Amino acid sequence: MKILVCISNVPDTTTKVKFVENDTKLDTNGVQWVINPWDELSLTRALELKDDAGNSVNNVTVAHVGPATSEPTIRKALAIGADEAIRVNADQGDAYYVASQLAEVLRANQFDIVLCGIESSDYNGSSVGSMVAELLGLPSVSAISNLQIEGEKVRITREIDGGKEMLEVATPFVGIVQKGIAKEPRIAAMRGIMQARTKKIAVVEPAAVDSLTQVVKFDKPAPKAACKFVDADKAADLIALLQAETKLI
Amino acid sequence: MSVLVYTENWDGKFKKLSFELVSYASQLAKMLGTTATALSIGEVEADELKKLGNYGAERIISVRNANLKNLDSQAYTAAIAEVANNIGAKAIVISNNNTGKSIAPRLSVRLKAALGAGVGQLPLSTSPFVVSKRAFSGASFMEVELRTEVKIITLMQNSFEITETANNANIEEMQVNVDAPKTTVCDVQRQTGKLLLTDAEIVVSGGRGMKSADNWGPLEELAGLLGAATACSRPVSDEGWRPHEEHTGQTGKIIAPNLYIAVGISGATQHIAGVSSSKYIVAINNDKDAPIFEVAQYGIVGDAQKILPQIISAVKEVKSK
Repeated sequence: MKILVCISNVPDTTTKVKFVENDTKLDTNGVQWVINPWDELSLTRALELKDDAGNSVNNVTVAHVGPATSEPTIRKALAIGADEAIRVNADQGDAYYVASQLAEVLRANQFDIVLCGIESSDYNGSSVGSMVAELLGLPSVSAISNLQIEGEKVRITREIDGGKEMLEVATPFVGIVQKGIAKEPRIAAMRGIMQARTKKIAVVEPAAVDSLTQVVKFDKPAPKAACKFVDADKAADLIALLQAETKLI
Repeated sequence: MSVLVYTENWDGKFKKLSFELVSYASQLAKMLGTTATALSIGEVEADELKKLGNYGAERIISVRNANLKNLDSQAYTAAIAEVANNIGAKAIVISNNNTGKSIAPRLSVRLKAALGAGVGQLPLSTSPFVVSKRAFSGASFMEVELRTEVKIITLMQNSFEITETANNANIEEMQVNVDAPKTTVCDVQRQTGKLLLTDAEIVVSGGRGMKSADNWGPLEELAGLLGAATACSRPVSDEGWRPHEEHTGQTGKIIAPNLYIAVGISGATQHIAGVSSSKYIVAINNDKDAPIFEVAQYGIVGDAQKILPQIISAVKEVKSK
């Protein structure tokens, strides 16, 4: 079995985001780039499955849509343990554009399971995985917090409003993964980092696809009023204050 | 031409989330010079369906089909797309919850309709059609133009005011052609008798400053008194002090209650990402420099174990009046 993990290259989650060019672009000055946290969890689970002799997973490949400057993030995925990587050489368009490029990768290469993180921490669209599935006519399951392989069957737990559902799905399918799928993201060891240097990143040119959306500009949230402090010895005053000002208690 | 809003049901019942969606769709329809049509999939009684009319749906379509018994993203996409085409929908509104996230992107591809995902307010303009959505995990908003004839919007929970209107709704059954689902639901585990974190208007949340799983009693008591749900920060769920369903933050649940009370939470960027859409934030923390106070409107610097009992008795007094 082969697993494809789709990875996105995002600013480190502690980045103080700033914008340039009349607030139309992210200021990438000094930004540390990382694998999108949910994609990193997907990759970790894929590698756990590969390490487990109880199933037939024997290859984990990562795919990324982005320019050459995102290769350090792809190398990181290889250092963590991915066997190979495919980069679609494109400046990222919208979710539909990215999904269309990933769908082309899947048309050219056979995979049994495709894993995507439930959202990216930059545009928070939660769209790419399900779009890839629809473009290829594959089943998709969202908000997966557990994934096990038993023979040809995949057993999945997904989170729903107020509970969990246990599902079975046949391969090939697209799994959209959330927290819980793996305990901690795997960290690259020195040996992995050395090996990653010689692993191949296949570069393919993008298909001609038009985005369906266009970013107009970014806005910072309106600044909130300064915090009103209540004395610790008069903590009960907080309730009076909340009652008077928020009318919620 | 119409605005179609998909209203999910839970065991045949709608909830506040459903009415928010209908209110939103109805206002959006006004902006577009049309009316809102609500779509229900599954077994919902007429009395319950009728409720959607109280929030501005002029037409209520009920679809019942054996292949739509469980959420299968392909089957639901096919059903909603068919209804959207039948009524000539100009815009489709869906929740940004896990159900919506599994359907809306597929629908976007199927209908070649631009998707604005995680929107919290009405469009900024309709020509061009521009929506504002959450970006960089709450650190920013992004104005996005949806450049196709049909638009899809997923609405953030608790972001839109419910408005009641006169009820003129007609209920009709509609047949759809849906293939058998390729996913099989084998078992369901439900949280019962507990207010869902994502539905709660008030949330009481504890962090590492609570020091131990044994100290949650006062926090739960306060939540009970306020009719609030309980939440926690990531270290707390990682330690196993609280179940991971309560983890609120970037990789956990993203919530937008009216009031978020953070106790012993320092306010790391990742935690703030999950709660920054709250209307009011109250912080109780022994470190006056904790970043949580930068986003809070009300704060107390001090020991939570000493402060919580004072707050609990104050709430009891207020509630007894």
